[in-house]
Amino acid sequence: MSKKTYAIAIRDVIAQEMRRDENVFIMGEDIEILGGIFGCTRDLYKEFGTERVRNTPISEAGFIGAGLGAACAGMRPIVELMYMDFTLVAMDQIINQVAKTRYIFGGRAKIPLVIRGQQGIGRGNAATHSQSMETIFMHFPGLKVACPSTPQDAAGLLRTAIRDDNPVMFFEHKALYADKGEVNDDPEFMLPFGKADIKREGTDVTIVANLLYVKRALEAAKELESIGISAEVIDPMTLVPFDKETVVNSVKKTGRLVVVHEAHRNAGWGAEVAAMVTEEAFRYLDAPPLRLGALACPLPFALNLENAATPQVADIVQAARQVCYR
Amino acid sequence: MISKERASRIYLTMHRIRGFEEQVVSLFESNKLRGSVHLCIGQEAIAATVCSNLTEKDYITSTHRGHGHCIAKGARLDYAMAELMGKATGYCKGRGGSMHIADFETGNLGANAIVGGGIPIAVGAALASKMQKRKEVAVSFFGDGASNEGIFHEALNLASLWKVPVIFVCENNGYGISVPAWQSTSVEDISVRAVSYNMPGVTVDGNDVEAIDEAFRAALERARAGEGPTLIECKTYRWLGHWTGDPQPYRTREEIESWKEKCPIKRYGEKLLEQGFTAEELEQLSQQAKKEVEEAVDFALNSPLPDEGKILEDVFYEEA
Ligand SMILES: Cc1ncc(C[n+]2csc(CCOP(=O)(O)OP(=O)(O)O)c2C)c(N)n1
Ligand SMILES: [Mg+2]
Repeated sequence: MSKKTYAIAIRDVIAQEMRRDENVFIMGEDIEILGGIFGCTRDLYKEFGTERVRNTPISEAGFIGAGLGAACAGMRPIVELMYMDFTLVAMDQIINQVAKTRYIFGGRAKIPLVIRGQQGIGRGNAATHSQSMETIFMHFPGLKVACPSTPQDAAGLLRTAIRDDNPVMFFEHKALYADKGEVNDDPEFMLPFGKADIKREGTDVTIVANLLYVKRALEAAKELESIGISAEVIDPMTLVPFDKETVVNSVKKTGRLVVVHEAHRNAGWGAEVAAMVTEEAFRYLDAPPLRLGALACPLPFALNLENAATPQVADIVQAARQVCYR
Repeated sequence: MISKERASRIYLTMHRIRGFEEQVVSLFESNKLRGSVHLCIGQEAIAATVCSNLTEKDYITSTHRGHGHCIAKGARLDYAMAELMGKATGYCKGRGGSMHIADFETGNLGANAIVGGGIPIAVGAALASKMQKRKEVAVSFFGDGASNEGIFHEALNLASLWKVPVIFVCENNGYGISVPAWQSTSVEDISVRAVSYNMPGVTVDGNDVEAIDEAFRAALERARAGEGPTLIECKTYRWLGHWTGDPQPYRTREEIESWKEKCPIKRYGEKLLEQGFTAEELEQLSQQAKKEVEEAVDFALNSPLPDEGKILEDVFYEEA
């Protein structure tokens, strides 16, 4: 174990995997000498050279498609997007090509491709550079979706992603990169996909959250404790595959569900979780499941507006109280 | 030839842009302004010269490095500064910020935080002008890095095919963030890409007002005559980091200093003195710009924050 930031945890796993398997390589914008704008590839070109730590032109559709082709042809590419918002300029390659290739070609292709990068609020990047994209990729079958909320989770999930023979969309959060935590340095340390992590145990209400909102949910849980509400906080870790069992069992115990994410509330992944729980644990529910998420407007620039557009700790506390009728 | 009136306008505009951005740096450093700000100090000649040939009815689309375009196209410095500070009085009510600033009233269809995002939008504005038999043209500003996005190629093909009055102005500053053009771009001169789309392509010194002007006026004439688009590549350099605090490991101090020698404002000032402007006249213009910038900063600092109660307004147009 060693203490490191979320960004360094990611960098170290990339380096370990590149040492282990020479077919692993990484490409993306500004990842060589700059080391990525958040340092997730800092100095890697010094060890692995610029063939395997490959700067790309600003051509997202092109290099994501090239990642797919290289994966089909025996490499294990990691494609870094500077902002996950830029998946939008490469959507055909991701949704029509990457996600579908294995299935439509009769299950013959293996696609060990990771598309990773950061997203979210916290740096005043405004509408086109602060979005939460994960929900979109859950909708189209064929992509795994991972969302680490701590340095340790980032390391364990990223190694699993790189070794997976399926395409993985790997969502990091810009406001988490500087967070420090204990990380398992074992080069075989992996966290399984489809296994949620109970970040805090509780008995009165289940709060499901991802990325930055795990932290916020834990803060809310602390406040709730001071008013006598015991909250269980669950991080699904991967949204595809989704660990239904852990969430449903939790709700069977607590009888109450709040889902909170930074993605827009409208048609956000919280709706899927609420529906799933309603189907599976309807008679255990003591209150309708609640969803919190960003308002139905593009994320505004001004800080006071950005805060107003996204759920705050107080909103999570309020929602938990509401389902507990307190 | 550049008339005396236009020459002093260009000179004033360059000073406005420089002064505005210098203030942005210091506001950023004193935490009065946040977010992604990309500065065009060193590249002012392009926006100032190109826009001196346009009216408020002509269109532009801009980039993440868009303050210069916005100001040159006629935006008020106070509303622009307020936008960068996320104030209610800003051009976009504080919702856009530096990377998403627009002023539809002066024909600025927007900065664009998505590299290459504005290029086809200019083609569309030019198409509208053509379909409605108007004489307005559209200009798309974009960087060298943007010419590696697929959308650049689609937009140039469309424009050529439809012969719309659009002018593509590539500001080639040699880098896309840390990546030098030689490492990302298959050609040395981006202007040669025009050949693929059957339109003229020219490369000019982007720090030389007169060279830019000559190339742009030829393109403008062609556009207005219904002969279609032109690609103009202006070679230039950004003096500052890609973002405030950029450690710039990808270039040397000497390289930066050598480009500062080619300061477009200083160079044009010297030209104007040769052409009969007096030193006092030039000083007066730079002082005027300075004063406007100071007033803009005051205005922005003293403006209120946007009203959170209106956050859901404008997602859709609604009948009043
Ligand atoms: C589609 C997209 N990809 C990447 C980025 C991140 N990014 C912002 S500016 C920039 C460099 C742009 O280079 P260039 O077009 O040469 O313009 P310059 O910054 O040099 O003015 C990059 C990669 C982005 N904003 N949009
Ligand atoms: Mg550039």
